[in-house]
Amino acid sequence: MPVLEQNDRRIWKRRDRATQMRIWLTWLVGVSILMLCWEYISRQTMWIFVLDAPQQAFDMAARMSNPRWEYTEVILVPMWDTINIATLGTLLAIGVAVPMAFLAAHNTTPSRALIRPLALGVIVTSRSINALIWALLLVLIFGPGLLAGVIAIALRSIGFIGKLLYEAIEEIDPRQVEAVRATGAKPAQVLAYGVVPQIMPAFAGISVYRWDTNIREATIIGLVGAGGIGIQLQSSVNSLAWNQVSIIFMAILLTVLVSEWVSARVRHAII
Amino acid sequence: MLQIEGLTMRYPTGDTALTDVDLTVEQGQVIALIGPSGAGKSTLIRCVNRLVEPSAGTIRLGGESVTALGAGALRLMRRRMGMIFQEYALVERLSVMENVLSGRLGYVGFWRSYLRRYPQEDVDEAFRLLERVGLDHMVDKRADALSGGQRQRVGIARALIQNPDILLVDEPTASLDPKTSRQIMRLILELCRERGLAAIINIHDVPLAMQFVPRIVGLRAGEVVYDGPPAALDAARLTDIYGEEDWSGTTRDDDPAEARDAAHKVAASVDAPEIQRAAGS
Repeated sequence: MPVLEQNDRRIWKRRDRATQMRIWLTWLVGVSILMLCWEYISRQTMWIFVLDAPQQAFDMAARMSNPRWEYTEVILVPMWDTINIATLGTLLAIGVAVPMAFLAAHNTTPSRALIRPLALGVIVTSRSINALIWALLLVLIFGPGLLAGVIAIALRSIGFIGKLLYEAIEEIDPRQVEAVRATGAKPAQVLAYGVVPQIMPAFAGISVYRWDTNIREATIIGLVGAGGIGIQLQSSVNSLAWNQVSIIFMAILLTVLVSEWVSARVRHAII
Repeated sequence: MLQIEGLTMRYPTGDTALTDVDLTVEQGQVIALIGPSGAGKSTLIRCVNRLVEPSAGTIRLGGESVTALGAGALRLMRRRMGMIFQEYALVERLSVMENVLSGRLGYVGFWRSYLRRYPQEDVDEAFRLLERVGLDHMVDKRADALSGGQRQRVGIARALIQNPDILLVDEPTASLDPKTSRQIMRLILELCRERGLAAIINIHDVPLAMQFVPRIVGLRAGEVVYDGPPAALDAARLTDIYGEEDWSGTTRDDDPAEARDAAHKVAASVDAPEIQRAAGS
């Protein structure tokens, strides 16, 4: 009760004493746990290794500092593969995620009791597993290569696109939908005229953002054999060829910069 | 032409919006539905085209029962009822033309509507209507670029291109300034006269209703408490509908100019409970 009576004046406080106490206790417990964890980590750390960390870092930087430029030719194709894995994976994910989003949004789902939980289940499953782990499994199923990469990226992206899109669908203005329904439109027309125009900006933003993220994710899934630049990265690191690693880093940086620029342009054009 | 009998609407929460409402609207007749916020005006017209499912009662349009229809037949029935909304309810990111043509959705197949390949007669009619409401120069503008009055004109064109028998009009002027409100009311009434359309107009603005509409129906707590010409709507009747208030200046026998000012003040005070509720929620 934040309003107190005191000498005929009403005192207002943001919180009463009990709430204030609870908040203080929560902080106390939180900070204690943090400090315990800190203590544990520090006990587990071998400080001898940490102490020469600057030296190691400088050493590595020195080995990377004379990039082997002729290696660029070798990574052009894997880099192109990486972009394709990201693009095809995103398109595949959009194909599955858009219907899932309409099935999962409570204002467009055909059945709240049956179909909505199923669609939400698909979205949550996809979201809860990292692309690298999907890739690990898929390389075992499909064998190493691009296909495993594309599907790994797609499986992870379905959840991301599906979740953000169904939230966008649930936030639309219901009056516009009602107005289209009142004209005697069929359910498919109500979706096409009442719902789709309202979610177009969100859809464009989400898809392009996911494509952008996928280019970065596609660079690492090669580490487990799912195609793309990651395979070169792993073999260069394993053979301690740091002057090749630096070329790969530059290539990744450049690609991400370009994808950033492209996604900004696309988003701007559609909204 | 429109017959409503024993219409009752109870929301799942237990709130009763309408109790045993009987109302008949003749061909070409325009009625204004007045009453305080929460009296059930919006629910009543949404029951007519079953955007809201009534709990009991029958509704007939031209002798055909609306309440008994299945989903497919209901869509065909909705084509005969044009609806105009308070906040216009245009599809904001579509153009004026697309919004007007969306009134033909009930007549056109999915792919034709999706690919925007409407029959040329529909497009001709859309141009005619846009010219009639004074927006033929705005065809390609996006709906969200229009002013309130312009949007409501698009809303009117969208309702009329359905070629309806009756217009269901929900607070057409509540979001508009006084001058635009009068223009929009005049336009709706003119169009009803030109086309012999019946209309039910929900409206807060009592003086505006009394000035333009020949038959007034007062709704209070889901029941019809007045049904008659505006001339007979005196202070006692208004008290029946809205509750106790100083109604002098609202009724017709006072000096017209002075009466109008006072009337708008009264209308504003009628609006007040809704504003307070909105602020509280």
